[in-house]
Amino acid sequence: MGDLDSTFAALADPVRRAIITRLTAGEATLNELAEPFPISLQAVSKHVKVLERAGLVTRGRDAQRRPCRLRPEALAETADWIEAHRRRTEERYDRLERLLHEIKE
Amino acid sequence: VTVADNNQELVFSRTFDAPRESVFRAFTEPELVARWWAPDDERVDVEVLEPRAGGSWRYVNTEADGQRYVFHGVFHSVEPDRIVHTFEYSGMAGVVLLETVTLEDLGDGRTRLTDSSVFPTADARAGMTGDGSGGAMDRLEALLKSL
Repeated sequence: MGDLDSTFAALADPVRRAIITRLTAGEATLNELAEPFPISLQAVSKHVKVLERAGLVTRGRDAQRRPCRLRPEALAETADWIEAHRRRTEERYDRLERLLHEIKE
Repeated sequence: VTVADNNQELVFSRTFDAPRESVFRAFTEPELVARWWAPDDERVDVEVLEPRAGGSWRYVNTEADGQRYVFHGVFHSVEPDRIVHTFEYSGMAGVVLLETVTLEDLGDGRTRLTDSSVFPTADARAGMTGDGSGGAMDRLEALLKSL
């Protein structure tokens, strides 16, 4: 399980977001994941490790292929937090608007 | 609200029917902050508010059942038209946002507020943890080995 902090960090990179997007279509090996990118297999492997540490991706046991799979629940946690923060901030600015109105009168 | 695709940013935009000076005061005077920071059913204690570069802020919200939430951070810069500070919430400790509040005087007694909140980035993390080579953590590790 990754904490939210490492999830945010993992999602901040465009290659890693593209890997996540690819994995939403189903599991894939490192070679398959590396195909669309002009970067080395080693670099892709490094990105996958970051995603694993953040709890976003798991690797299969099959020693040869070790397919990567998405853990969507980790993504949902991050999305929930951003949504809660967004809502709280909007409500806070609603209250600021009311206060500024009161001060004016 | 917009969530940019290329980074982790939330942007809030509001136009208030109030002069810029009033909006600035609402962010920098404890008694005014206390009047809008927390929902009506929560108590807020503005424990620290030092609106200057390097100053701290710490607000504690308390719900009716006694549950407390701490919000805190450090001011990076405080100017009449721009406040930059960090933001951390006790319910999600470790996620530090960089928040930039811009106040634009619209010239007709109204003020446009833009709030950009940036979440932790991969680059920042790589620099801290040594994900890349030569990160600060690598140097710290090397230093510790040499002691």
